[in-house]
Amino acid sequence: MRIAFVKTLTEAAKNNKNIMLITGDLGYSVFEEFIKKFPKQFINAGVAEQNMTGLAAGLAMEGKIPFIYSIVPFVTMRNFEQIRNDICYQNLNVKIVGVGAGFSYGPYGHTHHGLEDIGILRTLPGLTIFSPGDPIETSFVVKESLKIKTPVYIRLGRAGEPAVHGNNSQFKKGSGFVITKGKDITLIATGTMLYTGAEVAKILSQKGISVRLVSMHTIKPIDEKIILESAKKTKAIFTLEEHSIIGGLGSTVAEILAEHKIGISFKRLGVPDHFSKVIGNQEYMRKANGLTQAQLLKTILKVYEKK
Amino acid sequence: MNTVKLDKIAKKVREDILSMSFRAQSAHTGGALSCVEILVALYFDVMKVFPKNPQSGARDRLYFSKAHDAKALYAVLSERGFFSKKILEEYETNGGRLPGHSVRNCVPGVEISAGSLGHGLSMGCGAAYAPKLDRKKYRTFVILSDGECDEGTVWEAALFAGHHKLDNLVAIIDYNKLQGFGYTKNVLDLEPFAKKWQSFGWSAREINGNDFGQLLPLLKKLPFEKGKPTVIIAHTIKGLGGVQRHVNQISSQYKPPTKDDMKEFEKNRV
Repeated sequence: MRIAFVKTLTEAAKNNKNIMLITGDLGYSVFEEFIKKFPKQFINAGVAEQNMTGLAAGLAMEGKIPFIYSIVPFVTMRNFEQIRNDICYQNLNVKIVGVGAGFSYGPYGHTHHGLEDIGILRTLPGLTIFSPGDPIETSFVVKESLKIKTPVYIRLGRAGEPAVHGNNSQFKKGSGFVITKGKDITLIATGTMLYTGAEVAKILSQKGISVRLVSMHTIKPIDEKIILESAKKTKAIFTLEEHSIIGGLGSTVAEILAEHKIGISFKRLGVPDHFSKVIGNQEYMRKANGLTQAQLLKTILKVYEKK
Repeated sequence: MNTVKLDKIAKKVREDILSMSFRAQSAHTGGALSCVEILVALYFDVMKVFPKNPQSGARDRLYFSKAHDAKALYAVLSERGFFSKKILEEYETNGGRLPGHSVRNCVPGVEISAGSLGHGLSMGCGAAYAPKLDRKKYRTFVILSDGECDEGTVWEAALFAGHHKLDNLVAIIDYNKLQGFGYTKNVLDLEPFAKKWQSFGWSAREINGNDFGQLLPLLKKLPFEKGKPTVIIAHTIKGLGGVQRHVNQISSQYKPPTKDDMKEFEKNRV
């Protein structure tokens, strides 16, 4: 996803000199080409994310389009107040890019895990939140972010996420994307869990359970229509994300279902509300949190059979 | 403009500040009063501003980071003709246009939303970096409070501006020596203040910030050094020209003038 991000941005920067890439001292082996091509459109702001965020606000007030970049916690939590006051309160054209969604930086420890970002950022008025699930969605949301002249957060995985979509997938602004149609279960997946979600859906359909798989690449504003439609068309809804079960996609969907008085069988699949006691790579961390393909299948079937 | 004229303007601005403070029974009067000469000097003699075309790209930018003292900014902007004096009556009123902490474009001339301390200088870095890229000439002035310099972000921004040689950036610190709950030297001592900035790559000067005779010649010489951002540590007196018993006291941060104070003030008006 990093590669898809920087490739799309490099392409866009060629035609728009106002685009600026600002990093909190990250990007080794990712940004070199961008820097070589557009040295004046790049700033390494140093390990100073709060200043980087205010700096971006100042640049945006002067007509620049800054993309600020760091690992999820450092570009969303360390600088949360700058995002709130400098960017969102002033409704500026700044794009916040977090790399390392969920357990992408698993072995580094909890400081580097990106598990609460959507929850806290979703509270900010006027902020669009993108959570792409593969390189193709990443490229789509980066282009989309440039059409929006207001604050945007883009939540990326790290590297090597497999493609889920074909190159010809037609995404629509503000809409979830129905990957497979189904009538038993709706599985709404986002970001780094999209691929696993697609695998789980495949196995379920082999078991004779038909799955409506929805990729929710945009968390805010949320595609309410697709959620309500899913509630009508299927018998149970599951949300899947590499984020705390509090505040993320699952909470968003739950809010909509509850406010529409929809009493459908529903379960949030995500990271439980705890600090993991173990560390390990992404796969290991997912296993420790019930998010592997096999564990998810088990959970889904248990809920589905009880519905 | 000569200092006699500016002194007169400063006097009018102080009257407006005290009236706003009294009407709204608001806090943060002392810090508004201490920075009057700084703002008057900038808006009436130093900065390129266009009150009738406040968004002009050629204007110098003023980022008022110590936004809790916004009534000083409002009073000076309206005195300079950015908006009608009548609007000053809306300060800190329900539905009024002038919030206690200034908001971007709440009235013409207000450049940034601020209120949480330590944000303005970072934004100022961005505002100063852009014209360097675009080869534009305008300058960015950031007004900070002394207590604000307790915030780590001020020093992140100082490091950035020094490193990037933003000599179109001017920070002015209203050093009235009193912060929220004590003297700066007792809460978190900022000294040696100028040396700190110098060691971050800034060109620093210390002056009496309530004296136009010192402010004007200095502000004409910007930047002091090519390739370095400028900081002016303006020694000022909190509450200056306001209610006598609050001058240079913490109370000036919190206590608005009373009815009797205003009567007294009217009596001494020239």
